[in-house]
Amino acid sequence: MTSYQLGILVILSFNIIAAYAVYLPLAAGQLNLGIAGFMAIGAYAAAYLTNEFDWSVAFAIPTGGLLAGLIALIVAVPVLRTHGIYLALATFALGQLIAAVFLNVEAVGAAAGYPVSTYVGAPWVIAAAVVIVLVVFLISRTRFALYLTAVKSDVVVADLLGLNVRGLQVAGFTIGAVIAGIGGGFYAHHFSFVEAQHFSVLLSVYTALYVLLGGTQTVWGPLVGAAFFTLLPELLRTSSQWRYAAFAALIILIMAARPQGLVTANLFHRFRRRAGDAS
Amino acid sequence: MLAQQIVNGSMLGSIYVLVAVAFTIAIGILNFLNFSIPGLFMLGGMVSWAMLAAGWHWSAAIITALCAAAAVALLVERLSYRLMAEGDPEIPLVSSLGFLVLLENLVLIRFGSDQQSFPALIPDFNIRAAGLVIGGAQLVSLLVAVALVAGLSVFLKATSTGRRIRAIAESRETATVLGVNVSRLIPQVFVFSAVFTAMGGILFAMNYQQASPFMGEVVGFKGVAAMIIGGMGSIWGAILGGMIIGLAEVLSIHFLGANMVNITVYGLLLVILIIRPQGLLGASLTREKL
Repeated sequence: MTSYQLGILVILSFNIIAAYAVYLPLAAGQLNLGIAGFMAIGAYAAAYLTNEFDWSVAFAIPTGGLLAGLIALIVAVPVLRTHGIYLALATFALGQLIAAVFLNVEAVGAAAGYPVSTYVGAPWVIAAAVVIVLVVFLISRTRFALYLTAVKSDVVVADLLGLNVRGLQVAGFTIGAVIAGIGGGFYAHHFSFVEAQHFSVLLSVYTALYVLLGGTQTVWGPLVGAAFFTLLPELLRTSSQWRYAAFAALIILIMAARPQGLVTANLFHRFRRRAGDAS
Repeated sequence: MLAQQIVNGSMLGSIYVLVAVAFTIAIGILNFLNFSIPGLFMLGGMVSWAMLAAGWHWSAAIITALCAAAAVALLVERLSYRLMAEGDPEIPLVSSLGFLVLLENLVLIRFGSDQQSFPALIPDFNIRAAGLVIGGAQLVSLLVAVALVAGLSVFLKATSTGRRIRAIAESRETATVLGVNVSRLIPQVFVFSAVFTAMGGILFAMNYQQASPFMGEVVGFKGVAAMIIGGMGSIWGAILGGMIIGLAEVLSIHFLGANMVNITVYGLLLVILIIRPQGLLGASLTREKL
């Protein structure tokens, strides 16, 4: 494998991690437009622990993830009082705010950025993405995922059926933030540098794009969306100037053709039925 | 000195007002968070700049820019909004964001990523009153913004088209039953929204005498913030929110330094959302899907 291909694979891994961080709250019907903020918390926290306290990466990155989750838990309670579009925009504001705060903290280099001394190689990043995908797939087999879907489909009915709607929403939001924080920690240690400017609102919004383009009905959607978003611009590389324009035009056309995303639950039913016919 | 900052803040605020009104029309009437709006803002600035650079008269340049934005808005309506009536409510958001990326990159391909210097359209006159300096461009943008928003408000209140539009905002089904031609009115709403945004872009370029392919993002997202603070769907809320954001930005630069702007603006937004999710002037929350 050339280093170029490896580089793409690493970026794909980061995008997949981020996509699942957005997917989990979205599975409960909450669009988190501030995922970059939670990545920033994980990245800075993990980097600070390895840099200043000589923590091993194996502890620092999960700690960063947990810290992102903790902050998500604290803010989830007031933020999840808002619904729908208000919630999406509250998380949007939160993401902007977190990035702006890190931009001003001198202890982690403020606007100049924060170099990270420990390095984590590409295989570990890819392994982390694989583990996260497996974990989310496992979660999708549990009743918890079913409850999340119930909350997404109809909050009132879910409530009437006795589900703890608020608790499920907070859980989806928090687990998503933990995944984002872990992704951020790997990001900091792989690229050996963090700067607040990287965790911009566009990063959050693009990640939400992967998930929505891939489809939110099944657990495959984010994977397909992230892969599509990462690999397609590379395939279009031959016309470097036009590739993002062509790419954006494709997004518009794909969404027009498949408003539910690339991978839908229906698609799976069709596949299964066909497989059933064949046997 | 503080009074001077307040003058500058209201000028900046008036641009946010235009963008916030564009967002608020899209949300209030169409229930559509239209992320192509920052792109239309940029298109206003860049197209008018390109026409001026080509030697056109300023009025022709501005009209061309507004028409270009309106044309793109109609495309967004066609390709993002109309096709997605049945899909998840998040979908038009994604697709309209595609338009933002597309517009930015098309302009980038055509003109490059440099900051372009926008000619001073308004002869450099300053009004001095009680130690305050009010720039000509500042005054003009404030007046244009006020005139546009007031015009829109009167239009929605007093004309029959305006009443029909408000009927759609109230309930699309009822409006259809009552004989409102929804599919003809909605493109008009998109055009309104585009003209407001593009005018904001032109005024922004005029005030700061610069335009770039990325000028829409920062201002556009502050426009969203302004809309939420004021209350989604409320035009007066958008005005209030735009002014608050403009003043908060200028005052936090003045007192706290340039790095604190985002903390102040988005912190304010978050606090308001938590205390009063419907915004300062918004109606009480209806449970929307998105």
